[in-house]
Amino acid sequence: MKYIDEFRDNKIARSISRAIFKEAVGLPHINLMEVCGTHTMSIGRFGIKDMLPENISLISGPGCPVCVTPKAYIDKAVALSRLHGTIVVTFGDMMKVPGSYSSLEKEKSKGGLVNLVYSALDAVDIAEKNSDKKIIFLGIGFETTSPTVATSVIYAKKKRLKNFFIYAGHKLIIPAMKALVEDIEVNIHGFLCPAHVSTIIGTMPYNLIAKRYGRPCVIAGFEPLDILQGILMLIEQIRSKKSKVGNQYKRVVKKYGNKKALELIKEVFSPKDSEWRGIGILPQSGLALNKRYNMFDAEASFRLPGIKTRPDTGCICGSVLKGIKTPVDCKLFSKRCTPQTPVGSCMVSSEGTCAAYYKYRMKT
Amino acid sequence: MTMKRITLSHGSGGKLMHDLIKGLFVKNFGNPFLNKLGDSTLIHTSVERFAYTTDSYVINPIFFPGGDIGKLSICGTVNDLSVSGARPKYISCGMIVEEGFSYNELEEITLSMKAACKKAGVSIVTGDFKVVEKGAADKIFINTSGIGEVFKEARLSVDYIRPGDKVIVSGTIGDHGAAVLLAREELKFSSRLLSDCAPINGLVSSVICKDIKFIRDPTRGGLATTLNEISMESSYNIGIDESQIPIKEPVKALCEILGLEPLYMANEGKIVLIVSAKSASKVLGRMKKHILGRDSKIIGEVETRRDRKVYLKTKAGGTRILDMLTGEQLPRIC
Repeated sequence: MKYIDEFRDNKIARSISRAIFKEAVGLPHINLMEVCGTHTMSIGRFGIKDMLPENISLISGPGCPVCVTPKAYIDKAVALSRLHGTIVVTFGDMMKVPGSYSSLEKEKSKGGLVNLVYSALDAVDIAEKNSDKKIIFLGIGFETTSPTVATSVIYAKKKRLKNFFIYAGHKLIIPAMKALVEDIEVNIHGFLCPAHVSTIIGTMPYNLIAKRYGRPCVIAGFEPLDILQGILMLIEQIRSKKSKVGNQYKRVVKKYGNKKALELIKEVFSPKDSEWRGIGILPQSGLALNKRYNMFDAEASFRLPGIKTRPDTGCICGSVLKGIKTPVDCKLFSKRCTPQTPVGSCMVSSEGTCAAYYKYRMKT
Repeated sequence: MTMKRITLSHGSGGKLMHDLIKGLFVKNFGNPFLNKLGDSTLIHTSVERFAYTTDSYVINPIFFPGGDIGKLSICGTVNDLSVSGARPKYISCGMIVEEGFSYNELEEITLSMKAACKKAGVSIVTGDFKVVEKGAADKIFINTSGIGEVFKEARLSVDYIRPGDKVIVSGTIGDHGAAVLLAREELKFSSRLLSDCAPINGLVSSVICKDIKFIRDPTRGGLATTLNEISMESSYNIGIDESQIPIKEPVKALCEILGLEPLYMANEGKIVLIVSAKSASKVLGRMKKHILGRDSKIIGEVETRRDRKVYLKTKAGGTRILDMLTGEQLPRIC
C-alpha cells in the first residue's frame, strides 16, 4: 500500500506548521474542535499539538461512537447476552465498556455467548450457521458504520433469516454538532470535521453549522499532513472572519457524499431521538430500524426485565465529550480510571478522548 | 479413509502411548539423552554459568504462514536463552493435546519442532505427553524449557546501560503479529506475509561482545513494550526515531487499515540490543552480515533523563510518549 509515509512527511509538516504560526499571530485564543475520535488519536500519535502555537487549542469532540453510547445501552446489551439461546455479536471496542453492573467482556468470561466480528456481514454468517440461536448485533457507530449494518439487514431479509436482530444505537453527527454550538457553555471557534463520516454524508450538511451558526468547518483526512492543513484552513477562515465549509480531504470526500451508502441508510433506518452519554437526549440524532425492517429490531423483539441504570459518580465524560473540560480536569483520570480499570467509556474505547490523553500523555 | 485421531488412550500410559512416544517423538527427536527414556535426563555442562528458562505456547491458530506452534515452541525458548547471552543446548518439551486432535497435525508439528531444533543446534532431552478430554484444552498446548551455557564474553544487564548507548533492532518488526492476525479466519485479507519465527541464537553468537549491554526479544507487546521494560528497569529514558524503525509494507498497510500499531505487534525472530555508542556501528556491521540481521538498524539511544519513559520522534516531526500496551489491541470501528 502506498501513500502512508507520503502524508507523514516531516519537511512538509514543518512548513505547514510554520504557516499556522504565522497565520495565528495576533489572534485571540482559538478553540478548534476535532469532532472525530480518530482525529484525536492521530493528533496524539503524531504529536501534532507540539507543532501548534500556544493560542491554538485542539479540543476533542463527541465523535467516538463507543464513547457516546449511553450506559443504559450497555446494560441492555449485557441483559441480552444473558438471555437463553442468544448470541450477542459486536465490534471489539464495545467489549470492555463498563455498564452499571457488568460489561460484555465480563459476561463472556462467565460463559455468556458474545462474539467479536470485524464486519456486520459476519454477524449474518453467524446467524445462518446457528439457526437454533438468536443473533443480536450491536449496531453502534456514526454514518460510517450504519450503511454496512443496513446492508447486513437487507441481506438477512433476502435470506429470510428469522434469527437475526439489530440493537440499533446508531448516531448522526450533525445534530450533535448543532447541540454543541447551541450550548452556551461550549466555546468553539471552528470545527475540524470527520474524514470517514464525511465520505458518506458529503460536505453539504455542514453548511448548517458554518452558515447558520457561523462556525467555520473544514473536513480533513486523518494523516498528520491532512490535520495540519485542515487546521491552517480553519485559522485562515477565522483570520479573514469567514465561515464556510472547507474540504481538505478532496481526494475522498465529495459534495454530495456517497449516494449508494446514503440510500442504504434511508432504506433501512429512520431518524429518532437518541440518548448520548453525558449529553442527554438529542432530537433526531439517532437511527432506528424503520417499519419495513422492524422484524429485525432487537428492542421490539426481546422483552427485558426493567434495568435500573446507575448514574456515573465522579466521571465527567459528558463535559469531556462536549469539549467543556479535558480529561486531565477529571479527578478520576489516570487514578481510579485507567485503560485497565475504566470508569467511563471515553477511557476504554481505542478512540476515546480519555484513552488518547492517557496513552499519549497529551497536553491540554 | 478415516482420519487418525488422538484419543484419551494415547495419554493413558499404556501401549498406545508407548507406541506414540517411540514411533513419533523418539523417532524424530532422538538423541542419546532422550533415547534412554529415563524418569529424568542426566546432562553435563562445561561452563560455570548457565541460563534456564521456560515458556508455554497456546497460539491460535496453531498453523500460520511462516510457522506453527511446534516451531514457535522451540524458537521461543531458544531465543529467551540467547538474549540472556547463552548458547542454547538442552530443551524439555511437555505437550497437552485435546482428545480428537488429528494425528497428522501432531506429526506435522513434531516435524517442524525437529527442524527448528536442528537449525538451532539444540536437543530435546526430556518430555511429557498428556491427552485431556475434548473441550478441556484448545487443540494443543506446548510447554518447553531450556538450558543454555552462558558465553564467557557475555556481560548483559540493565545495570550497565548508560546515556548515549545506542538502541539496535535486528530487522523489520511486527511480522509475526501481522501474519497470525491474517491467518485468523475472520479477516479476509490475503497477503504473502510470513511470520519471522526463527531461532536467533546464531545471530546472537555472531555478535556477542562486552560492548553489548543488554539484549531482549520483542515478543508479546512488541517493540514498544520491550523498550518500556528496558527504560523502566534501567531508569533511563529512551528516545526513538520512528523514521528509522524498519517495518514491511504489508505490515504497515494491515495496521493502517485496522487501526493497529506495528510497534505493539509481536515478533518471534528479532532482537533489540543496547550497545555502547563507540561500538554501535561495529556491532551493527556484524549483525548485517548474518542472514537474520540483514535489516538491522540503529533506531534510537538512551537519554540522560531518568523518568523511565520512552519518547518517539514521529515521522511527521512531533514527539510523543511511547507507552506500554494496555490490554489487547482491537481493530477500530470506523
